[in-house]
Amino acid sequence: MTVVARPTPRGTVAASILTRATDWLPAILVFVLAIVVWQLAIDVFNIQKFLLPKPAAIVSAFWTQRSSLWSAGWLTLKEALGGFVIGSALGIFMAVVLARFRRLGDALMPIAIAANAIPIIAFSPIFNAWFDPLSPAPRMATAAVLCFFPVLVNTLRGLTSVRPAQIDLMRSYAAGELEIFRRVRVPTALPFVFSALKVATVLAMIGAIVADYFGTFGSLGITIKNSVSLFDFETAWAAILTASILGVLMYVAVSLAERLVLQWDPTRQERGST
Amino acid sequence: MTVVTISGLTKTFPRGNVTALQGIDLQIEPGEFVSLIGPSGCGKSTVLRVIGDLIQPTSGTIEVNGKSAHRARLDHDYGMVFQDSVLFDWRTVAKNVALPLEMLGWERARRKQRVEELLRLVELQGFGDHYPWQLSGGMQMRVAIARALSFEPALLLMDEPFGALDEMTRERLNIELLELWRRLESTIVFVTHSISEAVFLSTRVVVMSPRPGRVAGIVEIDLPQPRTNDTREDPRFFELVTEVRELLRGVGADQHGSVLAEETA
Repeated sequence: MTVVARPTPRGTVAASILTRATDWLPAILVFVLAIVVWQLAIDVFNIQKFLLPKPAAIVSAFWTQRSSLWSAGWLTLKEALGGFVIGSALGIFMAVVLARFRRLGDALMPIAIAANAIPIIAFSPIFNAWFDPLSPAPRMATAAVLCFFPVLVNTLRGLTSVRPAQIDLMRSYAAGELEIFRRVRVPTALPFVFSALKVATVLAMIGAIVADYFGTFGSLGITIKNSVSLFDFETAWAAILTASILGVLMYVAVSLAERLVLQWDPTRQERGST
Repeated sequence: MTVVTISGLTKTFPRGNVTALQGIDLQIEPGEFVSLIGPSGCGKSTVLRVIGDLIQPTSGTIEVNGKSAHRARLDHDYGMVFQDSVLFDWRTVAKNVALPLEMLGWERARRKQRVEELLRLVELQGFGDHYPWQLSGGMQMRVAIARALSFEPALLLMDEPFGALDEMTRERLNIELLELWRRLESTIVFVTHSISEAVFLSTRVVVMSPRPGRVAGIVEIDLPQPRTNDTREDPRFFELVTEVRELLRGVGADQHGSVLAEETA
């Protein structure tokens, strides 16, 4: 061998934090600017508060009612989380089964894709009839069904998008199906699974809140609904703010897990997603 | 003992009823460097995959080290290198190289030591913690070669391993491969669509004809060992290149066209 290659040095942690802060700066500036414009526009154009309350009023409602919003948020978060875990777990499990039995997969995939296009949220009142409406079960079921299909479809796509050469390589090492599954299919599927899980966090929160509208005492959904009917728009918006914060937290949690698990993924690094 | 014995190998693909290979007979002795060359669709990659027991022949027998090809695969008798390096993105360089050893149940400490040796062998020491995407194409191929050598198979099956690399990298890796071949005293079966690469590397070049794939002729390469960059300027080298080219022209492959095209089979 003639040429000796040298490893490339890696950037320091401080440098990478600085780069990241610079990357985020434009987004933060735009956000702050939007809030300021919102606040000022309401005075300038004399916008009624039932159309849009001032950001300051929303934040103050959020603060004064923090304890009731917190407990409502916790209730809805539990529904969303429960649905997310159940729906995603079933989706992944089903994808594994369908990847193993391809004939079954070929038969069921068109149905799953069609089901994915159904507005499942419409079933929410039905779940109240199927499950005990006083328990979190119907809301969890709504969130779970919403999460299930995208996780199933994406995971299956990931499990089956292994390159034929990779299978040949594994077979040349005398690997069986199980070993190929464990060492090749699962790692290949992980980026697909995580992008589905991120979508699922959002869907779970939507499912839980919309299902709340059909009468979950003390939930975020019912807080929004009742506040609106009492013309207490600041509280409704504060509840929406709570739901948004919880939704973002779930999303960030999954993103952090993704970052931890997929350190190797070059496309993730290029995207620089959180 | 003969390393690879192919007798009466015929392969028909059911889809479209294509006869990819017909009546191939070939024996490969220990320490040989045999190249398979031919135009697109001559089934040279198919021969390699049949030896590796990755596809089954329609008829004929294949013996590797005196065993069935299937038994030889299960016994890890060969290492295979593909056109694309086929590294796993989620494994570091060191872990990619260690993959066959993991599957053979080697202990961590022994694996680590072996991987260090191998990375030194392919001049990639210090790159163990890098991920494949951080390396150039030529470096990735060296990782793939290190991986194939990891469990010291006496037989290497290489399917156009340098096909995707630029000419300079390819020529350098050719010399590196010959050094490894000599040092490890292994047997190599090498598929290529480059005439000069086949002549430069091999002790024997098997020229194949297309549709159906047959052995059109075998050229003994009597260039002195070890081969160096000077070999490429040796008049004998040009004679042999011409000989192989004439054989290929005889099988209906024009010298600039389909021989250089990628094999689609």
